[in-house]
Amino acid sequence: MGTVKELYAYRQMIFSLVKKDLRGRYKGSVLGFLWTFINPLFQLIVYTVVFSFILKTNIERYYLYLFVGLIPWIFFSSSITVGAASVVAQKDLIKKIYFPRMVIPISYVTSCFVNMLLCFIVIFAVIIFSGVGVNFLALLTLPVIMAVEYLLALGMALLASAVTVYFRDLEHILGIISMAWMYMTPIMYDKAIVPERLLPVFNLNPMTHVIECYRDVLYHKQIPDLTSLLSAAGLGILFLFIGCIVFSKLQKHFAEEL
Amino acid sequence: MERNENAIEVRNVTKSFKVYLDKGAQLKERLLFRKRNRYEERQVLKGISFDVKKGEAIGLIGHNGCGKSTTLKLLTKIMYPDSGTITMKGRVSSLIELGAGFHPDMSGRENIYTNAAIFGLTKKEIDSRIKSIISFSELEEFIDNPVRTYSSGMYMRLAFSVAINVDADILLIDEILAVGDANFQAKCFNKLKEIKAQGTTIVIVSHSLGQIEQICDRSVWIHEGLIRREGNPKEIDLEYLEFMGRKMQETSRKELAEKQTDEQPSAEETSSEENAAEESQEQKKRWGSGKARIRSITAHSADGAEQRVFRTGESITFRIGYTVKETVEDAVIGIGIFNTAGVQCYGTNTRIDKLSDFRLTQNGTAEIILEDVGLLAGEYLIDFAIETGDGIPVDYYREAYRIEMITPQGDVGIARVKHEWKINA
Repeated sequence: MGTVKELYAYRQMIFSLVKKDLRGRYKGSVLGFLWTFINPLFQLIVYTVVFSFILKTNIERYYLYLFVGLIPWIFFSSSITVGAASVVAQKDLIKKIYFPRMVIPISYVTSCFVNMLLCFIVIFAVIIFSGVGVNFLALLTLPVIMAVEYLLALGMALLASAVTVYFRDLEHILGIISMAWMYMTPIMYDKAIVPERLLPVFNLNPMTHVIECYRDVLYHKQIPDLTSLLSAAGLGILFLFIGCIVFSKLQKHFAEEL
Repeated sequence: MERNENAIEVRNVTKSFKVYLDKGAQLKERLLFRKRNRYEERQVLKGISFDVKKGEAIGLIGHNGCGKSTTLKLLTKIMYPDSGTITMKGRVSSLIELGAGFHPDMSGRENIYTNAAIFGLTKKEIDSRIKSIISFSELEEFIDNPVRTYSSGMYMRLAFSVAINVDADILLIDEILAVGDANFQAKCFNKLKEIKAQGTTIVIVSHSLGQIEQICDRSVWIHEGLIRREGNPKEIDLEYLEFMGRKMQETSRKELAEKQTDEQPSAEETSSEENAAEESQEQKKRWGSGKARIRSITAHSADGAEQRVFRTGESITFRIGYTVKETVEDAVIGIGIFNTAGVQCYGTNTRIDKLSDFRLTQNGTAEIILEDVGLLAGEYLIDFAIETGDGIPVDYYREAYRIEMITPQGDVGIARVKHEWKINA
């Protein structure tokens, strides 16, 4: 409880780190902030080409189907892969001055989250211009889904960033894990085509539920399945809990290990 | 709040560091070279306990590596103790690494916000302080320029201004007041006194005992991971300095002995490159024709005891031993005293003092007795030289000796001028 209070006291630091990260990310590049949109757009184009023309799925409006899952996935995966290195990257600060160490992964995940929100502008633009339209009632659940995903990402980032301090290989291992995780999550395909004996694995994967919820709201225009949302929320809180415990245990020796 | 409440309580704190002989942080290294992960445990703090009352200022003193900076890092919670407990009450600000988190591309003003945020200030709190921060730093004209355009002095001034304006309940300071020019240092110092008067608890680690004496109510002397003495700064600091003076003498004697044994073989193999390199190093500090050479230098107090720490107002005798290879006609022996800022505080030689001419024909000694030395607290480097009457150096030895002056009085400047006040009120 004390930690939460302290983190609240340091909210300005989180805020300024997020700002610094967002501003600094594309500093010096010609297209600057536009990269926030260009990157996912190109990924979208590549996957759409592959799955519409080569692998030929029969999902209607595949580009949108993919897009509403891909953007949340990019947020999640960058939170853990790059977030893992966030504490190591701020070692100068950690060795020199005291502040609640959780501030660092929190602000990193938050800045990824803000990036995702910006990408949602593009998603809504696509939804509106393609004439799909929105279900306003379903849209009300969107913030809840986002919050659940934020908890999941934060839990993973806390865990990964703390362990990376002691074990630097994790940063690279996570690159592989994140790729595998992406294919084990129904982002590019429908959960319906998953073989039955693999289904338990998919159901344990919290991102399966999160992506399905996003898709329900934005693609199917319906209120998401409550059990899906609840199990995602439950897993999210569990992840965060584990992440917090591990992080507070490991952070005591950060200054010496870095 | 009670006046006698403890702001800081340190109880039986120990801290060790692992000194890895060959550290592997990667999986491959960890798995393949298990044996390589050997390390030595070095215990820096061996059980330290002390309290600091609210509004009290204490100074931690001790030689390098004694554990005083580690203690400070534990107080800031950058590190955690292996055993024992530390309790701190109130908001802590530290002047340890000034300017941590400064971003060179951002303006001074933006950096104030980010830096103050690291101290846990909210935007509102920073808004209310920004004026006093900027005015204290004296950087009004430059505050909207990127920090990378600042000189190092300006950079430190900005960083110090932020840290000192946090309004902490506890202020931790490591080697302060190496900030900016003399004027700004004086300003910082006065600000510290002001902060102390407002009831802030202060812990200072410093080598400048003069500063500690002026601010602190108590000195804690840490020696090899344990508290050796604590109490009134004036007493403790003097004891510490005398202890350090004795230690310095021992090491310098050892060095001298080692040097002499080293010099024997080197005379035979003068052609080796190593020697040449060493010599050129030495030459920067020492030059001359070499007909005669200064062999030894010692400093003595009035009662003849050899020492390196003197009190302002004491007399100091330097005894110089020299060896002669070739007769030096019309010799002059000189001395120059410099403070650590490189300012010559005093210099004289036998010619200036109108001694009759003398010549050096064989090994011997010379003495200069300085009466009532008014040099104020600090370290002094002393040059000695043998020259000929026309000013050609025979053996000019820069920074040949080092003494430390201490003074319990707080007067400032380079040297004490004898004085007397008469006030007709």
